[in-house]
Amino acid sequence: MPIAKLLIANRGEIAVRIIRAAQKLGIPTVQVHSMADADSLAVRMADEAVEIGPPHAAKSYLKADAILDAARASGADAVHPGYGFLSENAEFAAAVEAAGLIFVGPTPETIARLGDKASARAAAAAAGVPTVPGSEGIVEDLADARACAEEIGYPVMIKASAGGGGRGIKVAENADDLATLISQARAEAEVAFGDGGLYLEKLVRNARHIEVQVLGDGKDAVHFFERECSLQRRRQKVWEEAPSMALDDATRQALCESALGLARSVGYRGAGTLEFLYDDATGAYYFIEMNTRIQVEHPVTEMVTGFDLVAEMIRIAGGEPLGIAQDDIRLSGHAIECRINAENPAMDFLPNPGAVTAYRAPEGPGVRFDTMLYEGYEIPPFYDSLLGKLIVHAESRDQAMDRVAAALADLTVEGIHTTIPLHQQLAGDADIRAGRFHTQFLEPWLEANPIPSD
Amino acid sequence: MSSQIMSPLPGTFYRQPSPEEAVFKEVGDQVAVGEVIGLVEVMKTFREVKADKAGTITEFHADNEDAVMAGQPLVTLA
Repeated sequence: MPIAKLLIANRGEIAVRIIRAAQKLGIPTVQVHSMADADSLAVRMADEAVEIGPPHAAKSYLKADAILDAARASGADAVHPGYGFLSENAEFAAAVEAAGLIFVGPTPETIARLGDKASARAAAAAAGVPTVPGSEGIVEDLADARACAEEIGYPVMIKASAGGGGRGIKVAENADDLATLISQARAEAEVAFGDGGLYLEKLVRNARHIEVQVLGDGKDAVHFFERECSLQRRRQKVWEEAPSMALDDATRQALCESALGLARSVGYRGAGTLEFLYDDATGAYYFIEMNTRIQVEHPVTEMVTGFDLVAEMIRIAGGEPLGIAQDDIRLSGHAIECRINAENPAMDFLPNPGAVTAYRAPEGPGVRFDTMLYEGYEIPPFYDSLLGKLIVHAESRDQAMDRVAAALADLTVEGIHTTIPLHQQLAGDADIRAGRFHTQFLEPWLEANPIPSD
Repeated sequence: MSSQIMSPLPGTFYRQPSPEEAVFKEVGDQVAVGEVIGLVEVMKTFREVKADKAGTITEFHADNEDAVMAGQPLVTLA
């Protein structure tokens, strides 16, 4: 049953992106919005708009009941969750289905299964996808830890099983380190968490973050090759590319086939991304997690494959078969995306909402700007700082680097500070130009290369 | 002579470090320069609001979770 009217349960640039895809498919749209977003570009573009609550996301964009009420009131028969907010909330997906509506994404069962780290890891292992090597559960004593570390190879991370968010992690370079650190880690974990349980995981030093885009209809699935998102600050992606310059063709094929195997093994429906750590030194890759939604950086994949992923996921949600064979998907050229945030890179990335007094998007062949900006827009302080994504495409990576520098120079956002100067400095950096970076690269680089005030 | 502490940023004002904890300051409390009187959440990051002058708090002009503008008075000091 094709979708008759699509409700967008999100905001910002992704809401605009989804409306554009729906318009292309001839599907009318309903934009839900908080009180703070009445003037947003998405509200202006959608066929209908419904206010669902106060500015705080907890009282609007995260309110499943208010969103379902808006769907009923407007006669929408499908809900696109975008990214963030309720996009990976299995209960919300189930509530949408229980209300007799279409959820544009996987089944609630798939979201729950792949959203849980342990069950996702188990699904990966069952599909033959390599995961980060580690101990099977808790290590009993030093002898147990030694045997395990020998097997997975040094350096190893000693992690407190009751820890989290990077707390209680120690790195052992060799067996001597391990002997000292195991007892230290156990004592500290007992004090900090009241639980001395420890486990081991292989440390992939200077890993790259490489992820594979998949799309399925519940029966069949295809991959759209990989993206590299190693340039991160505080675990937030800053700059993304497709394809990764770190992979040779054989590794690319193996990695993408592996990801596809996992997507097929769970009967995946919709757009999804499998994230991997990639070890430059050994060429090994390890599955970390799967995101069961469209991602911020999907445009770089669209630029190098020529597919409209958001339109495809809406089409599949409407009941159409996948209709794309793996052989139909070919890589062409190189794409780079810069996330333009309302942050001041000269002041430790201080967020900076406010009025956009002048705005001009770059244009030209191979240049795309996905954004929620317009001149005179007042950026509210209540949501994340992403303003837009500058995406360029060219025949080679070198040409894409030149094109991104030129496009950044043509992008004008006045009235607020943005991360445009950061990207200009990255575009001119020799290591970035050479593709020499990894997930631990950007933060020390920022210390060494402070961004001047714009 | 009374003076005021202004919000340094637009956003959401919080009087407590987290919902389970006590408020930073009450009316009648003394504040020293550099002491935290609240938090402002802006674009999903939290910034401390520090007193730029010393005194005794006589009034709060914003409640917990109120939307505030940059430069808006948060407290009056005597």
